[in-house]
Amino acid sequence: MTITDTTAPQATRRLNTSKAMVEAIAQEMRANPEVFYLGEDVGRYGGIFSSTTGLLDEFGPNRVIDTPISETAFLGLAVGAATEGMRPIAELMFADFVGVCLDQVYNHMAKIHFESGGHVRVPMVLTTAVGGGYSDGAQHSQTLWGLFAHLPGMKVVVPALPADAKGLMAAAIRDDSPVVYMFHKGVMGLPWMAKNPRSVDVVPEGEYVVPIGRANVVREGSDVSVVTISLSVHHALDVAEKLAGEGVSVEVLDLRSLVPLDREAILASVAKTGRLVAVDEDYHSFGMSGEVVATVAEHDPGLFRVAPERVTLPDVPIPYAHSLEYAVLPRHDRIEAGIRAVLR
Amino acid sequence: MSSTDSGPGAEVRRGLYETMVLCRTYEEAILREYHADKGPGFDIGKGLVPGEMHLSAGQEPVAAGVCAHLTSDDAVTATHRPHHLAIAHGMDLEAMTAEIFGRVDGLGRGRGGHMHLFDPATHFSCSGIIAEGYPPALGMAFAFQRRGTDRVAVAVTGEGAANQGAFHESLNLAALWRLPVVFVVEDNDWGISVPRSASTAVPSNATRAAAYGIPGERVEDNDVDAVWAAAGRAVARARAGDGPSLLEVHTVRLWGHFEGDAQGYRPELAELPGRDPIPRYAARLTDAGILDAAAIDRMKAAASERVEAAVAFAKASALPDPSDALDFVFA
Ligand SMILES: Cc1ncc(C[n+]2csc(CCOP(=O)(O)OP(=O)(O)O)c2C)c(N)n1
Repeated sequence: MTITDTTAPQATRRLNTSKAMVEAIAQEMRANPEVFYLGEDVGRYGGIFSSTTGLLDEFGPNRVIDTPISETAFLGLAVGAATEGMRPIAELMFADFVGVCLDQVYNHMAKIHFESGGHVRVPMVLTTAVGGGYSDGAQHSQTLWGLFAHLPGMKVVVPALPADAKGLMAAAIRDDSPVVYMFHKGVMGLPWMAKNPRSVDVVPEGEYVVPIGRANVVREGSDVSVVTISLSVHHALDVAEKLAGEGVSVEVLDLRSLVPLDREAILASVAKTGRLVAVDEDYHSFGMSGEVVATVAEHDPGLFRVAPERVTLPDVPIPYAHSLEYAVLPRHDRIEAGIRAVLR
Repeated sequence: MSSTDSGPGAEVRRGLYETMVLCRTYEEAILREYHADKGPGFDIGKGLVPGEMHLSAGQEPVAAGVCAHLTSDDAVTATHRPHHLAIAHGMDLEAMTAEIFGRVDGLGRGRGGHMHLFDPATHFSCSGIIAEGYPPALGMAFAFQRRGTDRVAVAVTGEGAANQGAFHESLNLAALWRLPVVFVVEDNDWGISVPRSASTAVPSNATRAAAYGIPGERVEDNDVDAVWAAAGRAVARARAGDGPSLLEVHTVRLWGHFEGDAQGYRPELAELPGRDPIPRYAARLTDAGILDAAAIDRMKAAASERVEAAVAFAKASALPDPSDALDFVFA
C-alpha cells in the first residue's frame, strides 16, 4: 500500500476536527465496500462526540451499525471480520472503557498477525474518544494512549488538528495493520464543549492521506522544543504565541502518531534547540513523556543543554472537581512553567 | 416491614410515594442547578455542577420499591444514574449533594462526582462503567454470607447493561455460590439512543435468569406496588440463604440520557408526561383513600425543604484546594 502526502495546494475550506474525521470515513466507505463502522450510538445519534455524524444517512444501517453495549463482542467481531478481509472501524465510546474488552484489543487484534507468522492480517481501525477537561471524572477523562502504545502490535494515531484528523483516518483505514485512532473530545470542535479555535481549520477536499508515523513541526522555533500530542498541541501553540511576544522562540512538534514514533523528528528538533519539554495528558510514569526523553537520552544525551522537563498528568486518577482537575491537567499555565524551567 | 405477597399496605404505600417524591424533588433541584450556569449556549464543563449528568426522573418506582426492603446494613451498587437509588437507600443528602457539587464536604471530597458516590454508612457505591457494578455486589454478598449475617447486596443496572459480559458472569457466579444478591435491571427502553429492540435478543431479561437456574421476574408498567412485592420476594430469598434472584422493571426515562441530550432519536417524546409514575401513583392512593391533597402537599413541601437544605449545604462547602490534588491515591 502506498501512502502519499497529497496536500491540496489551494485548500481554503474550513472544517472542525469531527467533520474532517467523518469526511475521511465517508470517502473511504464510498471507495471500498468492505469498510463499515460499528459501535454504540454511532447510527442515529451520530456518535456521542460526533465521530459519525451523517454516515447513517448516506450508508444505511448495514454499514453504520449500532451495537449493544457489548464491547468484547463487537470489537471481537471487528477482529474476526478483519481477518476475513473486511475493513471494520469499531468505536469504543471512551478509551476509559477498554477495561471491559482489553483482551480482544491486545491479545487478539494486536497479536494475530504476529502469531500467524504474518499470514493473517487484521486491517481494522479502533476509534476512541479520549481526554478530560470538562469534569467527567476518573472513569471518563483518561487518554490512555500510553497503554495502547505500550502493547505491541497496534499502530496508534492521535490527531490534534482537523487536516490531520482527516488524513490520518484515511491512512488508518487503508493500513493493513490494526490502527487505534484516538480523538480528544477537546479537539473535535463540539458545540457543547469549550474549544480552542484551532479545532476549526483548513482541510483539503478530496483524497487526503497523512502517513502514519510522521511527526509534524506545527510551529518552528529555536530556543525550546515542546514535543506533544493531541489537545496539548493546541495549548502548546497558544503558549508559544504568547512567549514569542517575550522573544522566546518555541518549536512545537506534534507527534501525531505514537506507534510508530517519529524519533528522527524528536532528535532533529532537540538537536536544534537543546531544550526539551515533553507535554503529555497521559499519566506521568511509564508513558509517552518518558519515551520522548529516553529517545534523546539514548541517542545522545549531549543534545540536552539542560535537563528536560515533563509536563504531564501526575500519577493520580483524574479528579471530578474543576479546581482539582485543572490542577493536574497539563494546561497553559503548566506548559508555560515547563518552558520557563528549561530556559533558566 | 410488612411484606406480604398480596401487596403493600397503606402505611407502606404512603412511604413508597414519599420516597418517590423525595427522589423527584432532588432530581428537579439538580436539573435546575446543573443548567443554571452552563451558558452562553451549553458548555458541559461549566457551572456549579459541571460534567455529565444522568438524572433518574421516571425511575423512582424501582428505587422506592426495592430499597423499602433494605436497611443501611444492606449494600447497593448502582450505575451512572444513581441518585434515586442513593436517596431511597438513605444516603445523607448533604454529603451526596456536596459531592455532586465537587466540594470538600462531599462523600468523595470532590474527587468522585455524581457517577462515583461511595457511602460506607449505607454500603452504597456506583460506577460509570456499564455493568461493572454487578461484580462488586457479589463480593459484598460474599462477605455478608461468610460472616453469617442475613444482609443482602442489591446490584442495579440498566437493560443496556444486560448485554455485557460482567452481567452474565455475575449471575452465574452468584447462582453457583448461592450468594445473597438481588440483581435489578431498570429497563427504561433506551441505552442512550439505542432502543432495547436493537440491543437485546430477548423481550425480557427476566427470562435470562433461567440460564443460571435462578428466579427471574419482570414487573411491567413501572408499577411501584408490584416492584415492592417482587423485590420483597427476592430480598427474602436472599436473606434466607436461598441465593440470588433477578428482577427487571419496565420503567421510563422521562428526561434525556444525560442533560444536553436533544433526544432526536426518540419518537415517543410527546407521550412521556403521561407515563410519569408519580402523579399516577398519587391518583391511585387518593382513590384508595390513603392520601389526600393536603398530605401530598405536605410531603412535597417536606421533600423540597430537605433538598434545598442539601443544596444550600453543598454550595456553602468549600471547593477543594488544588494543592491537595494528589491526595487519596493510596490508603
Ligand atoms: C463499558 C461501557 N460502555 C459504554 C458506556 C457508555 N454508556 C454510558 S450509559 C450508556 C447506556 C446505558 O444504558 P442502560 O444500561 O440501559 O442504562 P440507562 O442509561 O438507560 O439508565 C452507555 C452506552 C459505559 N459507560 N461503559
